[in-house]
Amino acid sequence: MTNIALAATVTTGEAVTFWILAPLALLGAIGMVAARNAVHSALWLVLTMLCLGVFYVVQAGPFIGMVQIIVYTGAIMMLFLFVLMLVGRDASDSLIETLRGQRVAAILVGLGFAGLVGTLVARSVSDTTAVGLEAANRDGNVQGIAALLFTNYVFAFEATSALLITAAVGAMVLAHIHKPKSERLGQPDLMRLRFRAGNHPGSKAGPGVYATSDSVATPARLPDGTLSRASIPEILPTRELSPRETAPKGTEK
Amino acid sequence: MTPAVYLAQDPTLSDFGHDPWWIVLIKIVFAFVFAVLATLLGVWFERRVVGFMQVRPGPNQVGPFGLLQTLADGLKMAFKEDILPKAADKVVYFFAPTISVICAVTALAVIPFGPMVSIFGHQTPLQVTDVSVAVLVILAASSMGIYGIVLGGWASGSTYPLLGGLRSSAQMISYEVAMGLSIVAVFMTAGTMSTSGIVAAQAGSDRSASLGGFDFFAPGWYAILLLPSFVIYFISAVGETNRAPFDLPEAESELVAGFMTEYSSLKFALFMLAEYVNMVTVSAVATTLFLGGWRAPWPISIWSGANEGWFGLIWFFAKVILLVFVFVWLRGTLPRLRYDQFMRLGWRVLLPINLVWILALAGIRVLQKENSDAVRWGIIGGALVVILLITLLWPDRKKRPQVTLQEQVNQRPQGSFPLPPMDLVVPPSPRARRGVAERQPANVGGGAPDVIESTTSEEKEG
Repeated sequence: MTNIALAATVTTGEAVTFWILAPLALLGAIGMVAARNAVHSALWLVLTMLCLGVFYVVQAGPFIGMVQIIVYTGAIMMLFLFVLMLVGRDASDSLIETLRGQRVAAILVGLGFAGLVGTLVARSVSDTTAVGLEAANRDGNVQGIAALLFTNYVFAFEATSALLITAAVGAMVLAHIHKPKSERLGQPDLMRLRFRAGNHPGSKAGPGVYATSDSVATPARLPDGTLSRASIPEILPTRELSPRETAPKGTEK
Repeated sequence: MTPAVYLAQDPTLSDFGHDPWWIVLIKIVFAFVFAVLATLLGVWFERRVVGFMQVRPGPNQVGPFGLLQTLADGLKMAFKEDILPKAADKVVYFFAPTISVICAVTALAVIPFGPMVSIFGHQTPLQVTDVSVAVLVILAASSMGIYGIVLGGWASGSTYPLLGGLRSSAQMISYEVAMGLSIVAVFMTAGTMSTSGIVAAQAGSDRSASLGGFDFFAPGWYAILLLPSFVIYFISAVGETNRAPFDLPEAESELVAGFMTEYSSLKFALFMLAEYVNMVTVSAVATTLFLGGWRAPWPISIWSGANEGWFGLIWFFAKVILLVFVFVWLRGTLPRLRYDQFMRLGWRVLLPINLVWILALAGIRVLQKENSDAVRWGIIGGALVVILLITLLWPDRKKRPQVTLQEQVNQRPQGSFPLPPMDLVVPPSPRARRGVAERQPANVGGGAPDVIESTTSEEKEG
């Protein structure tokens, strides 16, 4: 921890970590936009988020870094992946442009925005020296965050959690179909239905039992010789064999 | 060895980060070799123990006691054909097992294997590294390990692996919540998230009571002090590692082999490796967080030298092997749960119990710190009122009206399926009657069972 806590000066390890992970993070960001498959896109985003988590740790915020990896990369992106996988792996976006020149315009605006933000951050941060990190992390990073969360920001924190819980409960109420217990059929009720008068409790006769042909269209013959309608699928029309079909075909000798 | 070394045997956070590069390399290689060896021996151990429980020898052909069986299996696996399904997503299919293994092994980096030791003259803790959020690193590694399974299931491009992968990720995410909450109690008691700090906090020498001239030291182990957390941690650890009775992702009766269905050869071996390393890792974490880490268990810890130097490794490995044995024991004993029962256990049982327990623990901690009696009685009274309200307002079950069997029979409509008579008495078996009539024949070749039966029926009738 000692070399992480002294983050006011950039150590060699920090610089090396940055120059390895920063290109990876950028690669992930570009890959996320460029990938055609939605799942690949999500995976590139995971890479970027992992790099960001490590950056937080290097910037003397080990707690927020780990939480970034556990919560965002581990849980939230996983839920994204869930949806993408269930939607189907071939559901990639159509590449036909509906707006003419949209791609060029998007690239130009994106570059402009990146330049604007980059110069803004560079101009405002380049001459300032970071102070107060030692004081903030004096009792340890986790303790420092906890002290702030439960004193100055306790109202904002509680309000956020109330909002999240409301959203989660709301989603559950909307999505979950709750059957009251009185409407649910238990095993005894199912058995009563099965053995009620007029219902045959056994399994239906399969096609081909006592039948003259092995076609599924041939109804099964019950032991008393009658044909069983229950043995053939309902969509198949029943028909008797024509005399030509029943006539000997001359193949037997 | 100077006395100063003994004083500094408990590593603190400031002891880390000073090692020369070659000691770091030795430690990393040690942790990795430990993971691989634990897998090789773990599979053998599991098969032998399950064999013992099922009264059969288990693998005993390759090497002494079949010790090299796993090595032979591994070699065989490496030489098998590596099948790449046509519908597979090639890159992701290749990377999924490696993600699993890397995440499983990474967690071992923050496990304290022992106290300060001397490696080639350097005083260094027997732990690859420690940070102030080491336990969160373990959680992060396990949450990233899910990706291996999910991506493996998805990239195989067929249905069973996809379902297995989704199932397993839902399972692991759910049980990670319970696991994280059970660790919260440890954080609250130890006051730190660093693994070496938690081990040091379980030394337990500060809590003592004297009775009749003897000094009793309260157990420092959080397994006893925070028993509910330990039990919940272990249950969720079984769920987290996809082990029986929670091995739903590879439920072979439903999903063939779950996410591993399409994998073969070395990739399959990597998944196996990750599973066993995970099992060892969660055992090591349970040892560190709840069982006092590398510290000697109670009767041995009276000897002051037990907690020094390389001895720590012995106690650590003994505890880990004990926990792995419990894993195997569970597998040999319990049948697999149904998926909805399993999810209900996680969300409706483990999670609420955990939350209530954390609340109670926080109350106890405040009580210990609080000095004024008014506040103390306020807290205790508040807790009592809450418990009273819950017991009063708890919804009680509706009682079903009691209907006798005869009434039920009378309620049946006309023409129902015929019922046997309600006062049916099973008549004595005709064979038994014959036995009575024949009266023990003199010599009947191979007729022994008949004779036995006839005697018993005689006793029944007479």
